[in-house]
Amino acid sequence: MAHAQQQSFWSRYVFSTDHKIIGLQYLFTGMFMGLVGSFLAYVFRMQLAFPGEPVPLFGVVTPLHYNALVTNHGAIMIFWVAMPILIAGLGNYLIPLMIGCDDMVFPRLNRLSYQIFFLSTVVILVSLFVPGGGFGGAWTAYPPLSASAQYNHTPWGAPLWLIAVALEFVAFLLGGINFVTTVMNARAPGMGPMQIPIFVWMVVIASIVFMASVGPLVAGAIMLLFDQLLGTHFYDPKAGGDPILWQHLFWFFGHPEVYVVLLPALGIVAEVITVFSRKKLFAYKTILYTAFATGIISFFVWAHHQFVAGIDPRMAHLFTITTLIISVPIAEMTFAFIATLYGGSIELRTPMLWALAFIAEFLVGGVTGIFLGANATDIYLHDSYFVVAHFHYTFFPIAIIAGFAALTYWFPKMFGRHMNETLGKIHFWGTIIPFNFIFLPLFVLGAAGEHRRIYSYEHFSQLFTPGLQNLRVLATVALVVMLLFQFVFLYNFIRSLFAGEKAEENPWKANTLEWLAPSPPPHGNFAEMPTVYRGPYEYSVPGRPLDYWPQHLPN
Amino acid sequence: MVASTDRQRGSLGIPSAVLGMVLFLATEVMFFAGLVSAFLVVKARWIGAWPPPGQPRLPVEVTAVNTVVLLASGVILWLAAHDRAGQQTLAAVRRRSLIAALLGATFVTVQGFEWTRLLAYGLTMRSGPYGSFFYLIVGTHAAHAVAAVVALLWAVARLGSQKISADGFRAVRLFWYFVVGVWPILYVLVYLM
Repeated sequence: MAHAQQQSFWSRYVFSTDHKIIGLQYLFTGMFMGLVGSFLAYVFRMQLAFPGEPVPLFGVVTPLHYNALVTNHGAIMIFWVAMPILIAGLGNYLIPLMIGCDDMVFPRLNRLSYQIFFLSTVVILVSLFVPGGGFGGAWTAYPPLSASAQYNHTPWGAPLWLIAVALEFVAFLLGGINFVTTVMNARAPGMGPMQIPIFVWMVVIASIVFMASVGPLVAGAIMLLFDQLLGTHFYDPKAGGDPILWQHLFWFFGHPEVYVVLLPALGIVAEVITVFSRKKLFAYKTILYTAFATGIISFFVWAHHQFVAGIDPRMAHLFTITTLIISVPIAEMTFAFIATLYGGSIELRTPMLWALAFIAEFLVGGVTGIFLGANATDIYLHDSYFVVAHFHYTFFPIAIIAGFAALTYWFPKMFGRHMNETLGKIHFWGTIIPFNFIFLPLFVLGAAGEHRRIYSYEHFSQLFTPGLQNLRVLATVALVVMLLFQFVFLYNFIRSLFAGEKAEENPWKANTLEWLAPSPPPHGNFAEMPTVYRGPYEYSVPGRPLDYWPQHLPN
Repeated sequence: MVASTDRQRGSLGIPSAVLGMVLFLATEVMFFAGLVSAFLVVKARWIGAWPPPGQPRLPVEVTAVNTVVLLASGVILWLAAHDRAGQQTLAAVRRRSLIAALLGATFVTVQGFEWTRLLAYGLTMRSGPYGSFFYLIVGTHAAHAVAAVVALLWAVARLGSQKISADGFRAVRLFWYFVVGVWPILYVLVYLM
């Protein structure tokens, strides 16, 4: 490693082609954007609880501010937090380690992917400060609102937002090509398709779903950008265009995107619960095949977002059926996880707490989705806070809970040190309890009919229901409490980077190949390239002295 | 695209450069499918005659000839790479690839010339969905064709100095075949239907 030591800071950490450095770049950028997205949520929640009052650290929230805050909170949390952390960050860091190779197949393409992603991050942040402010047409960017500055009042913000999203797609397209090719072509000798850890499979399936769904949205985004900048009329009904067309192109990507981030989160949970219950993953093949089924069905559910958009009612029935069908494979995976836990020697370390919380909280999100997927109930609940609460009960477990499960689980591997367990548990409970107090009230508000886009009831006094304001305040207070507890995590994370207890190679006694490499792994990962002899989940095998059986040990 | 270490081909037996290009082209197919489906949806909802009266007509005949030029470039590139007798020298491969690139460049030039004429007749991106979709779809293809010409010229140069692997050259050819193969579909949809 003498050669690596001589490299300058720039070539080692900024322009590196090493998959681990690129993974950490994605991870840290994603965590930073998570702070930005949280701050935006804090500002608009304060406005909803205390309308018109100046928000500390921000000031008075105008209607245009409010729209920009909501829009960019959604876009940032999905495209700049969930995607970079779950797929690009963890995928880059872990895939070569878990399949036993030294790097990605296309290292320079990988570096380009992060550079484009970094550029997209700069563009989205700049778009918040241009004249007119950030884009405020919601993360779904429906035209005609998004297509004309005459309606959205953000002549700079809207195109910049769209360009940032498009750049982000290019970055993840390059990443996805790399992930799939690497897993297909660079696995350690002996690692057959059924010996690949579930997390790796999930990133591969997610990448394929992403690549197959993103094309139509890029096409739609180009048309929207032309409508904004060149004055074309693709989505303008006055000139023969079709605004519903955008909704189809957007949701053809937008709904599979949900599963693009969900599948890696499920993969993280699978890795963590097997290690901390010392049991073989229940029904590996079933989980794998249901993940493929989820990926395929996810292409046939998109119009359930458009039940009130004037689509043909017969089509709405079809999409109701496909939407209810897609809950079957997800439920199957949840049952497989519970069966894995059943009878295991469960050890409630911090990563395990997060993984268990994922199963519990995601269940709430999944069950409430049934009401929104059925067209009859959706017509009432559409665009209410019930929808907001539902998708936060899916996305928060996906991006935040599974993200923390992964960070706390792989932290010893990434940085060679342990995080503090007590602080980890304080942070866990300080996040999970307030989380439920934010979004359970929103279910009630939504069921009571509160519309999700109302900035202040001063202008809609006939819609104002006095008893509901307490619930809004409760949600906001819970959010502030939850955000304050994140400082516990930040303190723990930064302190552990430098002063945490040293971690050995395999602190959790896990089977997968990344735990064979030194902690942190050097350039090239393994001292000797491993050979694989068995599947990744051989825990508590009868007749063996140890309760784990790493993949690389010969029989 | 030459991999830094020796990579095995994996269970699929497809070299990494080719597999990466295939995945990219799958995304491209979905991208063009998005453009075409948007076009078909707007056209299906159009009230009245299509193409709209008073709008310039597209140059069907010239473009038909141009289509043949592009298809010929694909055939020549295929011949450059598939030599059954094994007699072909590297110089011959490069010469045939260069001819393919020049035919591709001819296609783009003729397209550009026709565009300037259409613009002069008043067909612009703002003159309604007919013009918008024409320039969008045909323009997207033209951008791909330019990229393919650049990539093929780059590959021809690299073939001379032996700096491109056989798999890398195959990946570039696959991109070329995609640009050639998607064009007749777009021609029928945009010009003829």
